[in-house]
Amino acid sequence: MSGFSRRKLIATGLAATAGASGLAAAAKLARHYGLIPPDGDGLYGPGETLTYAAQRILTRHSLAREFNPNQVSEPPFANQVAPLGDVFKRLQEGAFADWRLAVDGMAARPASFSLGELKSFPRCSQITHLACEEGWSYIAEWMGVPLSHILHVVGTLPQARYVIYRSIQPDWWESIDMADALHPQTLVAHGMNGGELPVAFGGPLRLRVPRQLGYKSVKYITRLTITDSLKQFGKGLGSASPESGYAWYAGI
Amino acid sequence: MAASMGGSTSASAVPATRVRPRHGAVVRATHWITVLCFLALLVSGVEILISHPRFYWGEAGNVLTPPLFRLPIPASRTTVPTGYGYVLPDQNGWSRYLHFQSAWFAVSAGLLYVVFAFFQGHLRQDLLPARADLSWRGLSTVIAQHLRLRPASEEGAGSYNVLQRLTYLLVIFVLFPLVVWTGLAMSPAIASAFPAAVAVLGGQQSARTIHFFVSILLVLFLLVHVVMICLTGFRSRMRAMITGWPNPDTE
Repeated sequence: MSGFSRRKLIATGLAATAGASGLAAAAKLARHYGLIPPDGDGLYGPGETLTYAAQRILTRHSLAREFNPNQVSEPPFANQVAPLGDVFKRLQEGAFADWRLAVDGMAARPASFSLGELKSFPRCSQITHLACEEGWSYIAEWMGVPLSHILHVVGTLPQARYVIYRSIQPDWWESIDMADALHPQTLVAHGMNGGELPVAFGGPLRLRVPRQLGYKSVKYITRLTITDSLKQFGKGLGSASPESGYAWYAGI
Repeated sequence: MAASMGGSTSASAVPATRVRPRHGAVVRATHWITVLCFLALLVSGVEILISHPRFYWGEAGNVLTPPLFRLPIPASRTTVPTGYGYVLPDQNGWSRYLHFQSAWFAVSAGLLYVVFAFFQGHLRQDLLPARADLSWRGLSTVIAQHLRLRPASEEGAGSYNVLQRLTYLLVIFVLFPLVVWTGLAMSPAIASAFPAAVAVLGGQQSARTIHFFVSILLVLFLLVHVVMICLTGFRSRMRAMITGWPNPDTE
């Protein structure tokens, strides 16, 4: 009895030690390869880190599914937005001719682009699925400038790890890692379903991140900030979403 | 169906160290981890569901699309026309965090359990039905016993009957994998890496609808499981799943 118990105790002890050191090694590796999300602390940190790390490993270069034109949802559903302020309305009266997208942070040549300049950049289009975390979705054609092109034009520094993007709406900002920022389907979108991007869908400019849920595709963007750390922005959780209780990474 | 093993054990006469416990340590540990995770998944799943209590078939669906069906409950979003005059509070933030964290723990426990079941004989000894029991005669005998609400007989003690075995196999190897698969198929990132996993289900909205129905089946299993445990002896069933032994004197 006692010999059996001692053997069992030693085996359990060894297994626990191996498990703990395995976890510590995994955490170190995850930190080294940037697999820990900015909201990876706290009660739900383990789950968020597992999801983000697993999906980053599995989906770093995967392409969002593209659909046929006959699969486009007619009509698409425009989610509610908070009332648009006076600044937006003034720009809208001028047909958004004065709308600008500023790019700052870790860039060799920080810049500010007008809507016209962005429309003169190389453009691409995609027919992709936009899914809301609530459960509904629609398929639409999006047209715009690949974010990677803009990051190339401003000379993004090699130590950059995240791109922060801000809406003209107060307190509405998000960020993505470089895997998504440099992804060929991540667009600064200015067109939808063959026309201009309607205001209800985020016009004149919306960041379209098709491998994440809809709340990462922020409407009315005015500013990009390239950074190597999210700690000094807001509460340091990566974006406005975790500050209101939603996960920073929305690949699921 | 689907309760613990029937009848009381007569193992008390034999020295405890030489008898196999009713439930091994891995089964007990993964069982209780699964219980906690399943309850967390259920509560958070319902919270997520009420933000859009409508279901669709195919790739895309929203309030402008005719639904396959809708649940007659209020929603936690003003954008969903439910016919009710009020909107429930939005709980999706923590619900989504909790849902995915619980899913990770449940899947880890499930994998540990399945590896154990394959290599330690649990699958062969406790879950796979004997060929003779799979005959129409064998099945109808057990079904008739259940329909007459006859308590489990002494000869069945310490072993699952054929209905229990089939039910557990269905839950472990069909419903749990299906609920994980349909859950992952809703993820835009997973869909980008494994598009076939979505296409086979008929689209992301189809995956959501199947996820809902499989969850209903799992809840039905849970209800029957708990009712059977209460009917066949709550105390000894609970003791067996906590300590491994159904009676205190066999420990």
